[in-house]
Amino acid sequence: MSKSTLVSTTVNGDAVEFACPADESLMTALRDRVGLTGVKEGCGTGDCGACSISLDGRLVCSCIVLGVEAEGRSIETVEGLSQNGVLHPLQQNFIDHAALQCGICTPGFLVAAKALLDRNPNPDESEIRYALAGNLCRCTGYDKIVRAVQATAKDMRKKGRS
Amino acid sequence: MAHDNSYVDKKFNVVGTRFNRPDGIDKVTGKARYGADASAPGQLVGKVLRSPHAHAQILKINTSKAEKLQGVKSIITFEDLPDLTGADQGMADILENCMARGRALYDGHAVAAVAAVDEQTAAKALKLIDVKYKKLPHVTDVDEAMLPTAPIIHDRIFTRGVEPKPTKPSNISSRTEMGNGDIEAGFAEADIIVEHSFKTEQTHQGYIEPHACLASVNPDGTAELWVTTQGHFVFRNVCAGLLGLDIAKLKVTSSEIGGGFGGKTHVWVEPVALALSRKANRPVKMVMSRDEVFRATGPTSSTSIDVKLGAKKNGRITAAIAELRYQGGAFPGNWAMLGCMTAFACYDIKNNKSIGWDVLVNRPKVTAYRAPSAPMAAFAVESAMDILAKELGMKAIDVRLKNVAREGTLAPYGPTYGPIGIEDTLKAVKAHPHMRAKLKPNQGRGVACGFWFNIGGQTSTDLNIGVDGTVNLAVGTVDVGGSRSSLAMIAAEELGIDYEDVKANIADTTSLGHNDMTEGSRGTFSSGMATIYAAREAIEVLKQRAAQTWGIPVEDVAWEAGHAVATGKGHGNLPKLSLREIAAKSGRTGGPIAGHNEVTADGAGMGFASHICDVEVDPETGRSTIVRYTVVQDAGKAINPDYVEGQFQGGATQGIGWALNEEYIYGDDGRLQNPGFLDYRIPVCSDLPFIDTKILEIPNPNHPYGVRGVGETSIVPPLAAVANAIANATGVRMGHAPMSPPRVLAALDALDAG
Repeated sequence: MSKSTLVSTTVNGDAVEFACPADESLMTALRDRVGLTGVKEGCGTGDCGACSISLDGRLVCSCIVLGVEAEGRSIETVEGLSQNGVLHPLQQNFIDHAALQCGICTPGFLVAAKALLDRNPNPDESEIRYALAGNLCRCTGYDKIVRAVQATAKDMRKKGRS
Repeated sequence: MAHDNSYVDKKFNVVGTRFNRPDGIDKVTGKARYGADASAPGQLVGKVLRSPHAHAQILKINTSKAEKLQGVKSIITFEDLPDLTGADQGMADILENCMARGRALYDGHAVAAVAAVDEQTAAKALKLIDVKYKKLPHVTDVDEAMLPTAPIIHDRIFTRGVEPKPTKPSNISSRTEMGNGDIEAGFAEADIIVEHSFKTEQTHQGYIEPHACLASVNPDGTAELWVTTQGHFVFRNVCAGLLGLDIAKLKVTSSEIGGGFGGKTHVWVEPVALALSRKANRPVKMVMSRDEVFRATGPTSSTSIDVKLGAKKNGRITAAIAELRYQGGAFPGNWAMLGCMTAFACYDIKNNKSIGWDVLVNRPKVTAYRAPSAPMAAFAVESAMDILAKELGMKAIDVRLKNVAREGTLAPYGPTYGPIGIEDTLKAVKAHPHMRAKLKPNQGRGVACGFWFNIGGQTSTDLNIGVDGTVNLAVGTVDVGGSRSSLAMIAAEELGIDYEDVKANIADTTSLGHNDMTEGSRGTFSSGMATIYAAREAIEVLKQRAAQTWGIPVEDVAWEAGHAVATGKGHGNLPKLSLREIAAKSGRTGGPIAGHNEVTADGAGMGFASHICDVEVDPETGRSTIVRYTVVQDAGKAINPDYVEGQFQGGATQGIGWALNEEYIYGDDGRLQNPGFLDYRIPVCSDLPFIDTKILEIPNPNHPYGVRGVGETSIVPPLAAVANAIANATGVRMGHAPMSPPRVLAALDALDAG
């Protein structure tokens, strides 16, 4: 067994502590120690985006962040997207637009798309495509994913106005 | 009960509409559990030591230091696995691929495995295993492997399919020949003959979820395996066979599957995990790294193909011949044979011949990849069709229409076609607005066709009706593309109830009869057929219960729109009974109401597609960008059009990746140089436009709803569609895929140099 370090964080709004070895990725710590298996491992090298999370509001691949680096920081994962049993509009639109097939990349896409819409509520198609270029999907050809994000942006702008 | 699989034209209520998938919420909230998302009390972490050499004799494996490391619970090498030498060679090959026996046959071949208390300890233990190798000469190129001077990979392999029987071993495991007519007479008749040679590089299925499993074997021989797979029943049979377990005692549960595309039809770490667990007497979890996925799991073949076409001036092809060389990695396969079968399948060519060579090289064992072997053959043949069209001075689409296969055409691989959709897809392409859209400078448009057989196979399905009238549908094919939604729709259609009242689940191997692998685009076709039959059996039970309730003969009861209706004379005043009402009383009328079906689903409908691709080529960098793409494919019947479109778009995108970027790059040392998503570049969102789709529905006569498979055909046309588009944009004919920027730039420079 390797020596572990205690890490205190906020995860999806809750105070969470975990202990992990110094060389363990935040992705592994979240999956194996915090139990958030919605954080997916596709590559372990920051190339596929399946493990995307928000760390202090910044979109990162949690597989290339160390668990100990999360000390004192705030983490948001796909598990924190829905509030009080209501799906986030992105989640609902992904279902409604058939924007997922196998679904392994879906949590990462949702986290990345939310990061985009948080900073740009009215992205054009090209901005959406570039914002999601760090997330690999092998099933959909991205068509329905882009459409789901477009629909969400439209829904959220409408809601923001009302 | 015998069931009739004939197509019946009818009006559907549920089928053909769009419903949300039942697994959607779990997948958007992170609750869905994939291969790596299970754990068990006391579980260990398993890891594999892999060969760094392309080809090497394993002189000695010393595990003593690793065994002494605290936290290491079991270590296995080939000596801990059964020796299947002399037994079924296919099974022996599978086992040897899972764990090298005496020789490492490719970079990444498993040599030993460790189970330890945690990841770090297992990784440390791997470093303590001392393997003494003697490097052997290697070969990774398909053409080089066929040369008489090439290092021989297996001295037990003598080329099958050649006369006289060879006396020396060879890397050519088999030769296949098929076709119709008189090829020489056909070329003698031709006014114009074109010939071209092609190469395609090796690509990987590239599923985002690496292989992962959790295995637990008890001392009494009972065992459980949680695994990401396209076929848990087949995995059960294979793992039990390899390790000497009883099939009934090995329970295999398929997790959610994070993509497969054929790559999860084969066992890799699963038998290793079971063997480690058996030795340690603890559950063992194994998750492959992406590096391992690329180096050691199922890529598709790299190929080398020659095509020659002869035609009359009017465009009618008189003869076609292809010679196809496919490498299957370090173990024999039948990949070239599949290439032969598909090469000319879109066309009605009186005289045709395909010769296939299946070849061994020092690369990972090739596994199915979406319409396996067809995209490479189509790349060659569909490129050659455009070359022919240019020579003839005809439009490429018109040459295709002139020679298109129809109902009654004798297919090159044997059967005579029933109703097929290739002509309709070509006509739809010709009429599509995409074909008339203006192109900008440096842009070109290409069209190509594709064929895939689709298969049926053994299928078992249970349908159980609860006392509240909701329905559980247990199926044994894995949901790789939304089939739970399609199958629930089919059950709802048959029973006459709402889609929301049916819940489809993938049953584990102890809960349902055998199901073949979910491959060959068979999931919705075959489980759909079994679901229809199971529902019809349940309807018979429902009718009996209604007859019993009413006290009338069952012959006087019909099933209409979710209700039992009395039809005979004198029963006119009986109020109809809903499924829900009958179900509520089932405890008092004879017990649970269910329908079952076990079937070998025959009569899969062939899938045909035609694609249109617009590409823009940057003359300075050679980079090609897809600016517009349209898929037209015959689905037979689209159960849930959302997910049929999804299959079309996903397959086309994989084909585009293969056409433009994806390739295994081997160094002179025989090692894979790009085993990661950074250097093995699959298409990303910003690479692509929207992929337009058009679903045609030419019913399959051998399915009650007319369903054909839809999953695979879409990957077949893109390589040639892109190549033809590049040729039309630049005047350069690319015969080597992927048509990556350096290759296109070199071809442009060569053109300029004249």
